[in-house]
Amino acid sequence: MMSQTFNNTQPIYLQMVRRICLQVVRGELKAGDKLPSVREMAVQNGVNPNTVQRVYTELERLAIAETRRGLGSYITEDEERLKRLREDLKNEQIDTFIKDMSEMGFSAEEILEGVRQKLLITKAGRV
Amino acid sequence: MTEHIVSFSQVTKRYLGKLALNNVSFQLPRGRIIALVGPNGSGKSTILKLIAGLVRPSQGSVTVCGKKPGRRIAGEVAYLSELDALYPFFTVEETINFNAGLFADFDHQKAQEILHFMQLEPDKKVRHLSKGNRGRLKILLALSRRAPLLLLDEPLAGLDPLVRDSIIKSMISYLDLREQTVLMSTHEVSEVEPALDLVISLSNGQIKGMEEVERIREQYGLSLVDWMKETLAK
Repeated sequence: MMSQTFNNTQPIYLQMVRRICLQVVRGELKAGDKLPSVREMAVQNGVNPNTVQRVYTELERLAIAETRRGLGSYITEDEERLKRLREDLKNEQIDTFIKDMSEMGFSAEEILEGVRQKLLITKAGRV
Repeated sequence: MTEHIVSFSQVTKRYLGKLALNNVSFQLPRGRIIALVGPNGSGKSTILKLIAGLVRPSQGSVTVCGKKPGRRIAGEVAYLSELDALYPFFTVEETINFNAGLFADFDHQKAQEILHFMQLEPDKKVRHLSKGNRGRLKILLALSRRAPLLLLDEPLAGLDPLVRDSIIKSMISYLDLREQTVLMSTHEVSEVEPALDLVISLSNGQIKGMEEVERIREQYGLSLVDWMKETLAK
């Protein structure tokens, strides 16, 4: 059921905004792509159309999407903005990771070495 | 157009000594999907019947679309009763046509679309329909009307998860929230929660809480079920 995919700690519209941002960063949504209509998005996710409206308004406020009157919402074609989004999400994840690790008592060197080891192994594993 | 589609002002309703509603006041904004939640006997159905004009308040006043509800409010209010108001000897198609004849705002094309979406067989008699399909037919009839206010009394009660899902999806898909408002009473909140704008919790004929569902998450970090437990425990 759709309600199980949303957590309780944040309003649904913000969770949906984040989901769309992740799709953009992953390349699943590209610059200039059309987003589903408010109704389609609402039905797909089992959410209130008013919530989807808030999502699209927030995306517009963030300059990640733009509404073209009579046509719908489209991901921005501003490549600079999309690059910044990618950077922002990356930094957010890294900040959270460093905070969690520091709280556990790991030093900067330990954290860096830990990450390096893991990435090396992953690279080797892929070969 | 009035700002609030429904307004209750100090409404009390007594049924032969039983106090169903006790000095209840609230206002409902337009264009929202609103849920009335609370235990059995808390007064949910009474609120819906007062809005539908099926009963009159013992004290206080009820205003719907700017007027006092009477028989004629049926033109602006679509009421889906918990009880089966379907004729068992009619087929699905005959039921739809019968309702189309009763209401000037019935949208035949929409009814056909929903019929197709729900995968109901037009030639099947109502008495041969499963409980789930009867539930689907009832919501089809409500959604096919271009009424500004839809009142749904326990539309999901006793139905399996797949049917509940299709009913919720059809509500999201076929409502026009620029023109319509929905007030539904329900026990099953977790599935319908993401579809709700506003929730009102009721207990013993009194309102215990009224909140925007997104705010419950934002400010309290609670699921709707947890918020209900908290407000109804008071």
